Amino acid sequence: MEGIGLKILGALLTTIMAFAVGMTYGGITRKLTARVQNRVGPTIWQNFIDLVKLQSKKTNIYHGVMGHFAPMWIITAAMTVLMFIPVLHPNSTWYSTWFPNLTFHGDLIFLLYMMVFGSLGMALGAGQTGNPNSAIGVTRGLSQMVGFEIPFVLALVALMVQYKTTSIQDIMAIQDQSGVWMMFSNPFSFLAALFASLGMFRYSPFDIVGAPAELASGPVSEFGGKYLGVMMTGGSIFAFIKLTLYVDLFMGGAYSIPELLIKTFALYMVPVFYGWVSPRYRTEQAIRYFWGWPTALGILGVIIAVW
Amino acid sequence: MENKRNSQTIAEYIKNWSRKHSLFIMAYGTGCGAIEIPATLTSRYDAERLGIRGAATPRQADVLLITGYLATKTLKRVIRVYEQMQDPKYVIAFGSCTINGGMYYDSYNTINVLEKYIPVDVYINGCMPRPEAVIAGFQQLQDKIARGEADNGTRYKENLEWYRANQHRVIKNWRMPDYNW
Ligand code: SF4
Repeated sequence: MEGIGLKILGALLTTIMAFAVGMTYGGITRKLTARVQNRVGPTIWQNFIDLVKLQSKKTNIYHGVMGHFAPMWIITAAMTVLMFIPVLHPNSTWYSTWFPNLTFHGDLIFLLYMMVFGSLGMALGAGQTGNPNSAIGVTRGLSQMVGFEIPFVLALVALMVQYKTTSIQDIMAIQDQSGVWMMFSNPFSFLAALFASLGMFRYSPFDIVGAPAELASGPVSEFGGKYLGVMMTGGSIFAFIKLTLYVDLFMGGAYSIPELLIKTFALYMVPVFYGWVSPRYRTEQAIRYFWGWPTALGILGVIIAVW
Repeated sequence: MENKRNSQTIAEYIKNWSRKHSLFIMAYGTGCGAIEIPATLTSRYDAERLGIRGAATPRQADVLLITGYLATKTLKRVIRVYEQMQDPKYVIAFGSCTINGGMYYDSYNTINVLEKYIPVDVYINGCMPRPEAVIAGFQQLQDKIARGEADNGTRYKENLEWYRANQHRVIKNWRMPDYNW
């Protein structure tokens, strides 16, 4: 049973790393945003401090069972999806020593299903609180998801069709053999997926869900204290998951943690940079954006893949 | 060390430290003071370096800012917002109007002393306080939190009858839900 113990340990380690990386990236973003706006800004650990503060709130409002479960749902979904993502390249030594084979040899389609679970939990929880702002936030979030999922799925379909596999590990192995990253061999799919990531991270032009000024932070507007803290944790794990998935699919995976950090950080800065120079879109503008060029690029990628 | 922690347990000390460095503010923009809040939060005075950050809803907020005179009608909303906030919560009152009525001391529809209706942790005087004064007020609040003396929510709960009686005296048509804060 030593194998099981190691796997559990590895799972714990992966989760803690995903959490720490996601939170720190958020903190670095806050600091960088402040510098861009000619401010000093908070420390890069500010998100951790916020989290400790939220967890040490003395009272929490109770809005009913689903409102209670939503944060747990989000964090459970985040950890589950994390277990299905190859964090490091399977051929690397770090992988076998630090992250024993807890990563599932599979399947992009399954992953696509699982990744919406977090949003689903959020939607159910926000629904129970009965706050009209939450309801509007949820509808906006789902509409936006319909927008960016299309180029994202098109990009993944192009990869799956071209290489006749749905396994992430196989796609990583193909990049290994050919020595070319997918972002260069399938540039159109990569661009489509990159545009989709702008919507996934909900930085500025696409922050229509949270919209503090109009919607009072949208779906989370009735969640405070510990609930908000748990949601923050789940959110940062999800950020890490998305980045790692992109690195695995388009940048050949990572052989060590520092390599993973460099690649994910570079990817993370794309939505952040885009956010600094853009004001917020309205919902229909956001959807029109995703169904415009990103979808066209995605279709082009699929055509090239089939060809 | 005993002195510095003000006889708090280690856990309490850490909690208070994090509370002190992460203040989510609910800026209730009454009166003239609302205009000082953007100045305090944006590039010039940059309150975010102290961990101060805007929260959009009372559920997430730690600090309620009352930025000036309160009409009785507004007081009603302030009480609702205050009661929706989760413990530990703090209140900062700006300007002479919240202390003793200021230049509206004899107005027919504003309240004079905020302290009668909700407990206040820090007053910032002036008419209107400049952002420097606002930040100084925040630092005073932070010191208070670090010493473990900021007990706004508990004070309100313990003296609820007194506060309610005062509130009922000025708000004649009291039709408000009872919140389980
Ligand atoms: S104290 Fe002065 S600036 Fe503040 S609300 Fe009263 S009149 Fe306005």
